[in-house]
Amino acid sequence: MKKYFERLWNGLVKENPVLVLMLGMCPALAVSTQAMNGIGMGLSTLAVLVLSNLVISLLRKVIPDQVRLPAYIVIVASLVTVTELLIKAYIPSIYEALGIYIPLIVVNCIILGRAEAYANKHTPLLSVMDGIGMGIGFTVALTIAGAIRELLGAGKIFGFQLLPEGFGMTIFIQPPGAFLVFALIIAVMNAIGIKTRQRQLVESGCDGNCALCATVCSDRKEETAGAEEQQKALQEAPKAIEAAAKEGGEAK
Amino acid sequence: MNGLIMIMVGSALISNVVLNQFLGICSFLGVSKQMKASASLGVAVIFVITIASAVASLLYDYVLKPLGMDFMKTIIFILVIAALVQIVEMFLKKKSPGVYQALGIYLPLITTNCAVLGVALNNVQDGYNFIECVTSGFGTAVGYTIAIILLAGIRTRINEKDLPAPLRGAPIVMIAAALMSIAFMGFGGLPH
Repeated sequence: MKKYFERLWNGLVKENPVLVLMLGMCPALAVSTQAMNGIGMGLSTLAVLVLSNLVISLLRKVIPDQVRLPAYIVIVASLVTVTELLIKAYIPSIYEALGIYIPLIVVNCIILGRAEAYANKHTPLLSVMDGIGMGIGFTVALTIAGAIRELLGAGKIFGFQLLPEGFGMTIFIQPPGAFLVFALIIAVMNAIGIKTRQRQLVESGCDGNCALCATVCSDRKEETAGAEEQQKALQEAPKAIEAAAKEGGEAK
Repeated sequence: MNGLIMIMVGSALISNVVLNQFLGICSFLGVSKQMKASASLGVAVIFVITIASAVASLLYDYVLKPLGMDFMKTIIFILVIAALVQIVEMFLKKKSPGVYQALGIYLPLITTNCAVLGVALNNVQDGYNFIECVTSGFGTAVGYTIAIILLAGIRTRINEKDLPAPLRGAPIVMIAAALMSIAFMGFGGLPH
């Protein structure tokens, strides 16, 4: 049971597709003009992701390895078409707002990425949980970004006026705002990551991943590397003396 | 003729595919580390998008529409694009290995570049005819190339700077993209 919840947590926080893995940036940037659009896009992607993970996981022993990518693309494209028609029929307002980005779920890297990295190696139930986790992670990231953009750009969240009328900085609803808001969200995540890693570093040394923690980590790595060498030398020193003594003995 | 120029300018500059429509962001952020790779990718994208929009337009007008299978366009287009990228790859490998070498991994990755599918779908939605589709495809791809080459230039300068740690990597690139996007909004003043 625990590993199923671990999947959810993994998708939501540890490997959040947008904020950590940087997958699916196109729809994330494009539709996050309002919190509501973020939820709509997130849930559509979640539905496709869960179903595609399920189908691909069920077929993982049937699909030959050489043609797996075209097979995945056909599966995903069919599911997306179904989702598109359903949204068009039942929630036309969301269909209008998201427009071309619904069919473009086909080329969303999250879906093929999860198929390739997870669903084709694991059981259907685990793959479904992975899809739900990743989908929720995507939805949450989009909704947060949408809320920030809506608040700064129009002074509203989910359509409720929070700031006085006319306060909005329109640039945040326009394309540049998408880049700016995501840049800042990722920078904040990085800053938190660096802080926690620094704390962990004191206890455990460097984990070798210096991509995020930059100088602190690399300094630390040099230190630990230096320490390791010293220790190695210390450990080997008696052996070397012993060996030398032995050689000397043999020579005698 | 005038209409075609409008479509060309509109798709390349005014509604730039990356900075305004957010298509092809993955490769835009991922490949723009080096100028040379960006330029190669740009050329490959121009090639693939132009041909893909031509083929997609023909298929839609002469196969899907007469058969009333409008809803199949997403599946058909993505398969056409995948096949096309494969053909282009095989052709280049045989006829000009130099170009093939230069493009390397970026060629197959174009399949998952949402700009290609996005342009094909957009063209159909706007009801363009064959020539307009090709023009708009070419214009979009040129816009993509301009954007990625500009960003690659900015990134080589950014790399020399000492940045606060949390901003390194993706955030600063996206801030640069935001500024580029603001600059490109200026093209909105062009008549279209």
